[in-house]
Amino acid sequence: MIAAANVDVLRPRHLKDALMMLRVAADEGRPLVPMAGGTDLFVTLNAGQKPAARYLDLWRLDKLRSVAADGRRGLVFGGLATFTDCIESKAVQKRLPILVDAARQVGGVQIQNRGTLAGNIENGSPAADGVPVLMAADATIVLRSLDDERRVPLASYYTGYRKTVRRADELIVAIEIDVPDGPQWFHKVGTRAAQAISKVVMAAIGHRVALGSVAPVIVRAHKLEAYVAAGGRDLAEAKRLAGADVSPIDDVRSTAEYRRRVVENLVAAWLPSLDGGGAARPAKRAAGLDKPPASR
Amino acid sequence: MSKKKRPRTVKERLRTVGHNVARAEGVEKVTGAARYIDDLRFDDMLYGATIRSTIPAGRIVAVERDPAFDWSGFTFVDHRDIAAPGKNVVAMIADDQPFLAVDRVRHQAEPIALIAHADRARLADALAHVHVRYEAEPAQLDFESASTVLKEIAIRRGDVDAVFARAGVTIVEGTYRTGAQEQLYIECNGVVALPGCANPDDGGITVHGSMQCPYYVVRALCVLTGLPREKVRVVQTTTGGGFGGKEEYPSLVAGHAVLLARKAGRPVKMMYERHEDLVATTKRHPSIVRHRTALAKDGTILGIDVDLRLDGGAYVTLSPVVLSRAAIHATGPYRAEAVRIRGRVMMTNTPPNGAFRGFGAPQSQFAAEVHMDRIAGELGLDPIVLRKKNLFRTGDVTATGQVLKDSVAAHEVLDRALARHAAAVRTHNKAVRAHNKKERSHNKKERSHNEMVPARGTGIALFFHGSGFTGGGEVKLASKAGLALTKRGVRLLVGSTEIGQGTRTMHAQIVAETLGISYERVETADPDTARVPDSGPTVASRTCMVVGKILQRAAEKLRAELGDYDDDKSFLKRARHLLADRGSVEIIEEYQKPGDIVWSDETYEGDAYGAYAWGCNIADVEIDPITYQARCTQFTTAIDIGKAIHPILAEGQIEGGTLQGIGWALYEDVVMRDGKMQNASLTNYIIPTTLDTPPIAVDIVEHPYGNGPFGAKGVGECPIDGPAAALVNAIRAATGKRLDAIPATPERIMKAIA
Amino acid sequence: MKLKLHVNGEKKSVDVPPMKRLLDTLREELELTGTKEGCGEGECGACTVIVDGTAVNACLVPSCQVDGCDVQTVEGIARAGGKQAARLHRLQRAFLEHGAAQCGICTPGMLMAALALPKRATLDEIRAGLAGNLCRCTGYMKIYDAVAQFLDGERR
Repeated sequence: MIAAANVDVLRPRHLKDALMMLRVAADEGRPLVPMAGGTDLFVTLNAGQKPAARYLDLWRLDKLRSVAADGRRGLVFGGLATFTDCIESKAVQKRLPILVDAARQVGGVQIQNRGTLAGNIENGSPAADGVPVLMAADATIVLRSLDDERRVPLASYYTGYRKTVRRADELIVAIEIDVPDGPQWFHKVGTRAAQAISKVVMAAIGHRVALGSVAPVIVRAHKLEAYVAAGGRDLAEAKRLAGADVSPIDDVRSTAEYRRRVVENLVAAWLPSLDGGGAARPAKRAAGLDKPPASR
Repeated sequence: MSKKKRPRTVKERLRTVGHNVARAEGVEKVTGAARYIDDLRFDDMLYGATIRSTIPAGRIVAVERDPAFDWSGFTFVDHRDIAAPGKNVVAMIADDQPFLAVDRVRHQAEPIALIAHADRARLADALAHVHVRYEAEPAQLDFESASTVLKEIAIRRGDVDAVFARAGVTIVEGTYRTGAQEQLYIECNGVVALPGCANPDDGGITVHGSMQCPYYVVRALCVLTGLPREKVRVVQTTTGGGFGGKEEYPSLVAGHAVLLARKAGRPVKMMYERHEDLVATTKRHPSIVRHRTALAKDGTILGIDVDLRLDGGAYVTLSPVVLSRAAIHATGPYRAEAVRIRGRVMMTNTPPNGAFRGFGAPQSQFAAEVHMDRIAGELGLDPIVLRKKNLFRTGDVTATGQVLKDSVAAHEVLDRALARHAAAVRTHNKAVRAHNKKERSHNKKERSHNEMVPARGTGIALFFHGSGFTGGGEVKLASKAGLALTKRGVRLLVGSTEIGQGTRTMHAQIVAETLGISYERVETADPDTARVPDSGPTVASRTCMVVGKILQRAAEKLRAELGDYDDDKSFLKRARHLLADRGSVEIIEEYQKPGDIVWSDETYEGDAYGAYAWGCNIADVEIDPITYQARCTQFTTAIDIGKAIHPILAEGQIEGGTLQGIGWALYEDVVMRDGKMQNASLTNYIIPTTLDTPPIAVDIVEHPYGNGPFGAKGVGECPIDGPAAALVNAIRAATGKRLDAIPATPERIMKAIA
Repeated sequence: MKLKLHVNGEKKSVDVPPMKRLLDTLREELELTGTKEGCGEGECGACTVIVDGTAVNACLVPSCQVDGCDVQTVEGIARAGGKQAARLHRLQRAFLEHGAAQCGICTPGMLMAALALPKRATLDEIRAGLAGNLCRCTGYMKIYDAVAQFLDGERR
């Protein structure tokens, strides 16, 4: 139940109209909040947060719903591409399978059907599940305003806790990825097996490693990356370096000590995969084994 | 004089009981037609909300409504609106809890005042414009360091100190802790109160709501308003889960709605949202249990010495009864020459804790069964051998001096669980081999030499659960239930509520079987206190064994009155005859204590329960090498319930209760700070999803109880008593480390092993 | 805002604030109370409905976004017309047969999520597809049995 009565919603059909509305709003100093699938926004509204005076509903901008292969090894996601779109895309399955893994672990299917990658990025939660993958893939965010378009590397997209470089008159229209070479690895440590906020997330492509939920923003483990890129494979050293790039906290879900230890364990599980062979995931629970025996 | 039909024995072929008949209330639930309280709307209805304390303890200096806010259209109620002959007391055991705080608060989220408005969306804003000023006082937030005792009991048998002092005994000590648990019914608490009882202007009150015990609500409202019983009517609506969380709490919500409704002269709906329900309502009592056990070298238990403390929160509510059950079950299902159990409920400045499935027994039996594992470890005995050596048999005597005469199946459930688990694991291993074969041929590349193998272990727990109210409780309740003859069959008149467990179905089966008529001819009156008698609360695993038995006796009486018939047609003929003769035929029976039950409330000695359900859990667990998460890969539960009146419904109770126990053991954690729940959302208070649920193999054992309807005992609660210990014992087997506290979160496991 | 949509196959027109939750529009404006609210956070799935073929949490969808859409709720599962029992959908009958509903509050959402499953779903896929629907009563076992039986029938 939310107090929705006096809230205006603008509902453009075309991107240029949306951008015009945002420009006018910025010029007039009347905030206009972009809204996509609502899977984050409505949680806060349901919790009693006062709605903004005006929202910009992006849901009709069908041109932004695309997921496509680009060139030999690239991917382009439109600003409204959902997690389900990622999961179902053959191009993503082939070129960036860890994004499929991550998308499958976002909430449940109901959330995956509505949550967008762009929303996940813009929302800026350090526990976002898709972002570490995009970060490890050196994704580029395409921001467009009425008369301008700029590309910002995801690595430079955040300026602080839940703060991004997006200006009030810009929208994320695309996410571009030139998928780097190298074995892909992803592991989310959640509070439970589904519908879980992550306690630690690690995504790696080759020597690029991104970590989530262990700092105010999602980080690249630069020191670790430099070490392994130069050929370093000593596990103890790798763990130490990973620890230097994170600053986990105690919160209602977990502890700093746990997060730190789990980061080390993730590094230990991942490191052997760098050289030859497939990804060294923890023994996957074999599928279809959980059939309950006939109980009668 | 009609010829009495000889009573059927359970061995004779049953036509309805023991069969999976179509559930009476099933269709409406799968079509969305079932109406829960928030689905109901009444003309002129207002929505109510509660102003709650934001400190754990202190004096209320002032309650101020912001004069700049538009209060028109709002109804406002505080303690001054409760006038004689009414009393500002939530009638329960100690009568210490007010409906609305007067001059002090004793816990966070304590109700202070109420508001109502026709527009539900205006309430949140209005609440933000009510300011309460306090003089904060020191708060006791931790129950282990608390000193105020809300209730204390002692159970003694034999001379424990003498046994412990004997030469040659081995003494094993251990202390165990369990955390709070939220019932987490998917439907939050909610009621609607309407002015008027038989008619809108008679000064009475009617309440519809989500609840387990309509008559508890009646009693509470009579005390609150001073109204006589006939002027208070309570109707249970389809209830979306209770598990004890809607046993006593609805009385509070109902009282609030009634106060608003009487002041406004209009219907008022109080519907909690999830955050409020999590923060403010009752939880399972946290516990700390210290065991000292004296054993002979061969593992025979000689003496059991237990000190258990529960966190009662700020008010007494049902804590004395929770304590009682915890204490009576504290030894686990084992005999001992001497027993001493000291139980205390401590007061803290936290929201009062209350009923939750198991009601004290899960806490004390967690301790007992993890302690048995510790004993096995210290004595170098196999955990199963140790248990078998001490496990109750018929003729053994319990802590309260009860001789276990009837329906003792402890050994049987152990044997059945072991066999069932082995079979389940074999099936699982077969599937794993088949899968691995497939994987190997498809994914040679995927398979890394660096696969991290999780630690694995198996744990066991044995437990029991008394059915019905403790000791003299059933006598005090004096429950009534019965039936009325109708033109097409009978209508059950019973105050028990259906809250998912299939009450109406199970009761109808018992009556249909007893009368020898088709199940479809038995309907159940809606649980409306204007129409049905007080059958006692729907709690304590008594709805089948105790209330079902009363209904059975009423049916037997009716059968005797109808005379001879041998099918539906001849039954109807006789029924119509009788109805034509008398106008109406209604038979209400009252609880009859089985003659051989003897109990003393003063000394806490005697037959605590008429019968016990018996259970055994076996759990396989693996510990994730990266995350330390304990994951159950196979769970087996064998429960003796006397007789499964409806096998699918009984299994459903066992599976559901088991998963709640698993959640309590591994996932569910009430994080408190300054006496307030910090993780009050479903995002952060986590219960198992499908992907967290292990395969659960269920084996229903039927060891009939002579005084139960068709041999049935209770089923609702026993299943939740065992899983926590089985899992913690499995974690110990897997890691070599014993956790002495739950929830066994990954953080705690990490601390134990790394 | 005036919305035109199809609900359970019927044309509907409603006038609601654009940000009103779809859940509330269904329950209040359209008086379809079968869809339930359990948490308001998109965690419990009790509010699951199917919009244009996709399962979503109605507590997180603004009504403006379903303008022109096809919405399916639990009330629309059974076939219209005919005797009550005969109208039930095979999935509903499977739920009844297997005891997949106890208190029933999660059942509408669970049914909708089950209908949105791929028709060839394995047990693992059933579990994953229902992971967004919390049940506190059943322990899920009988829900799997019911859904598996239903999907089995669909494949034949």
